[in-house]
Amino acid sequence: MSEQKPILEVNNLRVSYHTYAGEVKSVRGVTFSLNKGEALAIVGESGCGKSVTAKSIMGLIKAPQGEIKKDSEILYNGTNILNYDKKQWKNYKGGECAIIFQDALASLNPTMRVGKQIMENLMGHKNMTKKEAQKEAIEMLRLVGIPEPEKRVRQYPHEFSGGMRQRVMIAIAFACDPKILICDEPTTALDVTIQGQILDIIKGLQQKNGTSVIMITHDLGVVANIAQRIAVMYSGVIVESGTCEDIFYRPRHPYTWALIQSVPRLDLKNKQELATIPGTPPDLLNPPAGCPFCTRCSYCMPICKEAMPEATDFGNGHAASCWLHHPMAPKVEMPVLKGGE
Amino acid sequence: MADKEVLFSVQHLKKYFKVGKNATLKAVDDVSFDIYKGETLGMVGESGCGKTTCGRTCIGLYDKTDGTVLYKGKDVHAMTGKERFAFKKDVQMVFQDPYGSLNPRMTVADIIGEGIDIHHLAKNKKERQEIIYKYLELVGLNREHANRFVHEFSGGQRQRIGIARALAVQPEFMVLDEPISALDVSIQAQIVNLLVELQKKMGLTYLFVAHDLSMVKHISDRVAVLYLGTLVELTTSEELYANPRHPYTQALLSAIPIPDPEVEAERDKNKIRLEGEVPSPINTKPGCKFRGRCKYAKDICGQEMPPLRDVGNGHFVACHFCNSKEF
Repeated sequence: MSEQKPILEVNNLRVSYHTYAGEVKSVRGVTFSLNKGEALAIVGESGCGKSVTAKSIMGLIKAPQGEIKKDSEILYNGTNILNYDKKQWKNYKGGECAIIFQDALASLNPTMRVGKQIMENLMGHKNMTKKEAQKEAIEMLRLVGIPEPEKRVRQYPHEFSGGMRQRVMIAIAFACDPKILICDEPTTALDVTIQGQILDIIKGLQQKNGTSVIMITHDLGVVANIAQRIAVMYSGVIVESGTCEDIFYRPRHPYTWALIQSVPRLDLKNKQELATIPGTPPDLLNPPAGCPFCTRCSYCMPICKEAMPEATDFGNGHAASCWLHHPMAPKVEMPVLKGGE
Repeated sequence: MADKEVLFSVQHLKKYFKVGKNATLKAVDDVSFDIYKGETLGMVGESGCGKTTCGRTCIGLYDKTDGTVLYKGKDVHAMTGKERFAFKKDVQMVFQDPYGSLNPRMTVADIIGEGIDIHHLAKNKKERQEIIYKYLELVGLNREHANRFVHEFSGGQRQRIGIARALAVQPEFMVLDEPISALDVSIQAQIVNLLVELQKKMGLTYLFVAHDLSMVKHISDRVAVLYLGTLVELTTSEELYANPRHPYTQALLSAIPIPDPEVEAERDKNKIRLEGEVPSPINTKPGCKFRGRCKYAKDICGQEMPPLRDVGNGHFVACHFCNSKEF
């Protein structure tokens, strides 16, 4: 992995929204990289800035309310996309980088036939003629497992069920062979059985085309199945990142511990008390000076309230930002699940 | 099981909705089960399978089409006057959407106090105030929250208000209609722990409706699996997850991702993937409703609806082949 040049690098990304109540600092210095053909998952609670990060990469932060701060960098193949001109953006959006949103009904155009929405992309990016694009659209629909694609291309989004709409979204996203696919909670609105189908499609297409995927979700189960690397976000910062195994078996940040233990598991015994995280995430209008998790953390030390911890590297790309890993801090192990196994 | 007191007895309950000419939506179609005092019955299924309708019909929010629902031996839908009034106090509901189910123009104290006023549970204003404070603190909120409005609270806090409102009239039975699905993971655990704790403290009986099977397993004593308005499997939660007998339950269980990469990789090899989607519940054909997606389906499945059969130890399965299939 290490000799590979990452396809996407995000350096010190900071995004703010200007509201009547003040400046909401949604993303406060996020740095990560995505290798070619890799699936990276960004996990976190709602409001932690994971969707805003995704939107920044897609260039969907709208001024004047949204603002990407000056020293932020998003490098795609080495060039900063934040300096792109209009033409480059046009090429990049949809062609190089595509996104699947959570709510498929809201993101499809209700007045346009499904086929046309796929063709639009193909004709714009691949210079196909209408006929070619139509053929390709049918092919794409077949690829994502929609029965009778010849009939379905002429239908409108409201004639599709939730799972089928999400398939259409995937077809649109994959139509132009993007290098990067961002999935923003693609299965949250779907039933478990449909969720499995959709994840299989994304996984299959990713392996077939060698696409790099950024998977944004709050469901650790989905992550375990699909991601090679995981970044855990909390109130606008990445608190821990590492390989899938590192995060699940050797987590180093108290927030990751709590997150993993607060999910009930099918393969564990009943009625053991779930680990809870007391309180709620901090208000991003006035983010705390110290570690954002300090008010909810059971290992909080005086230093945590005063200064933001630096990331500690544990090797193999595993890093966590927590004062507990400072040489002077007391040694703390991840608590063992009560009554597990 | 027999020694337990039956609180709710649901027999052949049907609830149909008319949708346009010559079309009926069979939301709940011949469902029978009992709820024992002090237990938590989980009810799971995909969206549109009738689990919410079933819960609502049980407590009389919807009129039934056919069948009977007995609460402590009395027919819920035949109750009138004082009897019905008392029933409404005994049975409460917590709704899925903590944003839509609380009146934005009322203070928290009024929301919780409404039931207390209606059922005359407080003798005077001071006592009413005390009761409101008591339940606020019981669900983990503060006294200061009483005079605020709903929009000032987060989703988890609102769900706590909804629970406090339900508890304030001292119910015996609560229908929890997806109380956690609108909440964040870390908040979900808080609410579930609160519900379990309240049940222990107050001896409540729950009907827990949800689509999240891992959470249902965690909280329930017994679990009922619904598919297109019919009950396909009903048993204790350990038994259901260790030994599912209906092909739908098996597929449903294997579709849940487990947050553990190694376990997940192991499971991936022998996962049962359901093809297609839930068919429309409008004007369904006779026979087993799951047959279109079932890999064991035979001719008989298209002709006869399999009855709910006891396969031992109170494990009920509705499948023609539940005894012959090997798992």
